[in-house]
Amino acid sequence: MTDLTKGRGERGAGWEPRIVAFLCNWCSYAGADLAGVSRIQYPPNVRVIRVPCSGRINPLFIVKALQSGMDGVLVSGCHPGDCHYISGNLYARRKFALMKSLLEYVGIEPERVHFAWVSAAEGIRFAELLLGVIETVREIGPATRMIKEIETVR
Amino acid sequence: MSEIQEQLRRRVAELLREGTVDLFIGYADASVPLKSSVHVARSAQDAEALVWNACCTSNLAALLPDLLKRPSGFRGEWTPPRVGVVAKGCVSRSIVGLIKAHQIPRDAMYIIGVSCGGMVDRHRASRLLGPAELVEAEFLKGDRLRLRATNGLEREVDLAEVLLGGCRECGHHNAVLADESIGDPIPPDDDIARFADVQAFAERPIEERWQSFQEEVSRCIRCYACREACPNCYCTECFAQETAPQWIGVTTDLSDLMLFHIGRAFHQAGRCVDCGACVAACPQGIDLRLLNQKVNHDVKSLFGGDVGASLDEPEPLMRFEMTDDEGFMTEP
Repeated sequence: MTDLTKGRGERGAGWEPRIVAFLCNWCSYAGADLAGVSRIQYPPNVRVIRVPCSGRINPLFIVKALQSGMDGVLVSGCHPGDCHYISGNLYARRKFALMKSLLEYVGIEPERVHFAWVSAAEGIRFAELLLGVIETVREIGPATRMIKEIETVR
Repeated sequence: MSEIQEQLRRRVAELLREGTVDLFIGYADASVPLKSSVHVARSAQDAEALVWNACCTSNLAALLPDLLKRPSGFRGEWTPPRVGVVAKGCVSRSIVGLIKAHQIPRDAMYIIGVSCGGMVDRHRASRLLGPAELVEAEFLKGDRLRLRATNGLEREVDLAEVLLGGCRECGHHNAVLADESIGDPIPPDDDIARFADVQAFAERPIEERWQSFQEEVSRCIRCYACREACPNCYCTECFAQETAPQWIGVTTDLSDLMLFHIGRAFHQAGRCVDCGACVAACPQGIDLRLLNQKVNHDVKSLFGGDVGASLDEPEPLMRFEMTDDEGFMTEP
């Protein structure tokens, strides 16, 4: 894992939210790809991590991303019923519901963590979704909570 | 209580003499007040040391996987020992969970169910004495408890005042799975407000919640006693000690402690029976239940079911419905 805390921003001049997006290979990543090949513009605030299925996403990935200093996290997979592996997203949905709620409970701003279903045909929707997420994160400003302050030895 | 203890000793001695079980796991007195230790009886004589009182906080189900699973590297056909265990409501529910998770075989166990009216939270009792340390505790008639501190301070309290959080909200006083039962079953208290603590915490402003969470986890010394005490923590390699990826850095950074506590609570999802063994085991008196119960509350309200109540129903996170709630999603 690269040290994402490097170059962490403060609200004000020049700060841009940094968002990590976990996208499932079969739908959301293809949706993002479609946005790309269709030349639909969206801001470059997102770092995409491709995963085989939303069921592959360990909810600790989200916590770890926040600890690494990311300002926002987006998790996206196939719509229910469309999972390439039949039910990966349906198992994942239960885990995500619990993790989202737990993070808010301990005091992490709910605006930092986002979930959405995006299909491979929804290129325009993917771009619009990102615009919304980026805007929400921009409004609450740079992440300050649960960030690791000690530099990790690798 | 003492009547149950007598019956328990007698039955365990018989079971060991008959050879129904090879060993029996129960509780014995500990050297510190308001605690008990785990006792393994291997002969009828050993059974004499067994106790049953309001200090039997540990969850004995946590010992079963190690005793019953084939040891790694064992060659040939593995026959687990016949293990007897005394189970209060929560322990029996943990046993059900472990059977469903294929961690222990049902046939290798002989379960003596005991109805339980709740266990003492020694941290809570200790706090009643102020900064002084608790040195002596004595059970009096009428469910009263006398506490004595190092500075000579004495206090008498009702047992109900110092029960573990989970015991106050207990919905399973009796064992759900047992080969035989000792003592009269205790009827469930249906009118108890469950998850009151969670709701109260959730209603506080987010800043306050963040402050409390930080204060709570900052006391953690990462001894992992909560994990060791928990029957659900049977993983051969815990995420806390994994090195690739290294979820939790070996640092004094608060964020690493937070990650451990969030991860630990999350891994209990749909499996925690709120037995309070982790709370009782924590040397720092961290309110681990604050997180556990949050997850329990969400599991119950979103997915329903009663954890560990039946052998047939799959665990909440091992099943799904097409109609599961999507209210948490930005764009469903």
